[in-house]
Amino acid sequence: MPLPNRPKTTFSAYAMTWRLPIIVWQLIFFVGPVVFMVAMSFFLVKNYRMTEAFEFVNWSKMMSKGYFWDSYWHTIWIATLATVCAMCLAFPAAFALAFKASDNTRRWAIFLLIIPFFTSYLVRTFSWFVILSESGVVNAMLGYIGLGPYTMLNTTFGTLVGYLTLTLPLVVILQTVSMANIDKTLIEAARNLGCKPAATLWRVIIPLSKSGLIIAAVFCFILSFGDFVAPFYLGGSQEPTLPILILDTTKSGQQWPRAAVVAVIMMATLFTIAFTAIALAYRKRASK
Amino acid sequence: MTKPSTRNPILNPSRRALLRMGGGIALSAPFVSRAWAATTEINMLAWYGHGEPDMVADFEAANNVKFVPKYYAGGDNMLALIAQSPPGTYDIILSDAEFVQQLNLAGYIEELNPADYPFDDMLHADFQQFPGHWADGKLHSLILRGGHLGVSYNKNAISAEEAASYSCFWKPEVKGKVGHFDWHLPSLGMMSLYNGNGANLWDIDDAAWGDVQETTMGLRQQVGGFFDYGGTFNSLKNGEMLAMCGIGDWITGVLEKDGAPVGSVIPKEGGIQFTESYCIGKDSEKADIVKAFMQHMLSPAGQVKSAQMGAYPGFCVTKGGRAALIEQDPKEAARSHQMEGMSNDPIALINEGRIHYRDIPKQQSLEDWNDFWSEYKNA
Repeated sequence: MPLPNRPKTTFSAYAMTWRLPIIVWQLIFFVGPVVFMVAMSFFLVKNYRMTEAFEFVNWSKMMSKGYFWDSYWHTIWIATLATVCAMCLAFPAAFALAFKASDNTRRWAIFLLIIPFFTSYLVRTFSWFVILSESGVVNAMLGYIGLGPYTMLNTTFGTLVGYLTLTLPLVVILQTVSMANIDKTLIEAARNLGCKPAATLWRVIIPLSKSGLIIAAVFCFILSFGDFVAPFYLGGSQEPTLPILILDTTKSGQQWPRAAVVAVIMMATLFTIAFTAIALAYRKRASK
Repeated sequence: MTKPSTRNPILNPSRRALLRMGGGIALSAPFVSRAWAATTEINMLAWYGHGEPDMVADFEAANNVKFVPKYYAGGDNMLALIAQSPPGTYDIILSDAEFVQQLNLAGYIEELNPADYPFDDMLHADFQQFPGHWADGKLHSLILRGGHLGVSYNKNAISAEEAASYSCFWKPEVKGKVGHFDWHLPSLGMMSLYNGNGANLWDIDDAAWGDVQETTMGLRQQVGGFFDYGGTFNSLKNGEMLAMCGIGDWITGVLEKDGAPVGSVIPKEGGIQFTESYCIGKDSEKADIVKAFMQHMLSPAGQVKSAQMGAYPGFCVTKGGRAALIEQDPKEAARSHQMEGMSNDPIALINEGRIHYRDIPKQQSLEDWNDFWSEYKNA
């Protein structure tokens, strides 16, 4: 069977003119820094000053340390937990906004979900001190029914609350948008053909919004994985995550090259997870 | 006959008047900028608080200078900032005493003339020949203030008797409520003191270092968090932490003045002194005015300011400074035990041998201590 004729690729100065700014931007602000960071992981520190070198000592040092791997697996675990929690908590709200709310209500809801991003994440994190501390609002309310006080700050729970503060509004928005774009006639057809509500959810709504749901989960994981504020301030640095390890590494001895090793591994992990998830999201279902 | 104008030339100027005013402003601009330029800017590298108005405003007004502070957190951070800046960037450097030797060895600071400063007025002989400040008989740094690190605790949870030993950190009632200031040096130094290493707390062999690690690991189950300055402050204030390892009056003093039921004591095993000192940056073109500022801060008035510093208190190092503090602010002098005959008088504690100046490990590298600290945090 002959191959279909493909349009001939030609160099278009006009198209390149429009593409060039984004390419230059990416080269200067993404590719350049990443290349420098990788190179820096081979540098040495002498008298608190980085010197150019090509030594593997930073890599061997960090890879051989138990605390690095403890931090690594802890960071993956807690970012995954945050992603699962955010996806589960966001789904009912996003479902209601996508299918039950009027267009006007949905617009207002999305606007309200964007508002938290107008304020500093650090300030929002500090506000949890008032709510979660042992003499805070939650424990005061629990005290009325004879419960508590419970320790919530400086725990994994505190870190999780911080992660959700950062990610939950974004996850709700992404889930809402992906479900609102589903062709409603397909859902009606499923119901008309006798599909029960739960089956409609599992067999029609979730598969059709799969890409958006996976993108929401990926964003949640990436933001949680790289967040420094929540584990430091609400988690009390108990079981340090990789961002905290980067800070510790630079604080003592100014070991920026070793911090670069941690950062490169973080980026490699995130790239792997993001590309796998995107491949999963856009994979065509095999024809039967 | 033309009608006389009733226009207010300031509030409602004519076009001509507006152009005239604009021209006047434009022509006078060089003189205004010259007047501003006459204010000398002094670049300061220091811990937070030392370049704030409560410390420098009087000197700025009296000498037509303006301090431009760059704040750091930790001696390593300070050394890195200097190493990455061209010579002459910083005119005055406030350093922890244990890092002065490294500043001097790297050639980052100028030699000082001892005759310029009131060494005869020092409260303690150690302050005249402070370790690391002198090299080959030459002075390189000037002691400004100090503070003691010991057991910091909530008085409602730990009694004064219990706080008299580091063992109070292991008290079952404070499980999960012991915090660490997130810097390995003071906390591990305290564990070394608890192990009985006394004056040799920084100079321990590998066996003793192993014991310090074991003791520290034994504390891990009691620990509720690792905090920076703000976190330490908050967690003690809101009662999340009931005891804190690695700090002293420099944090609890601020809270105490605010009415919080917290305090710091030097336990029987001994405490650690942090010492802050001024240096003149190498190749500074403003060495003369910086010298005048250092003389001002060592004067009784300057020492009182330092003792009352809003960010964190420190004790006076001159006799004149202490006398002025007792006279001008007896409440603060009493709170910080800076009165002769008081228990925990900082100078008496040094004389009794209960205070050890903060230093860096002698037989291990800082990296070894830091690596262990990361392991400890992950345990």
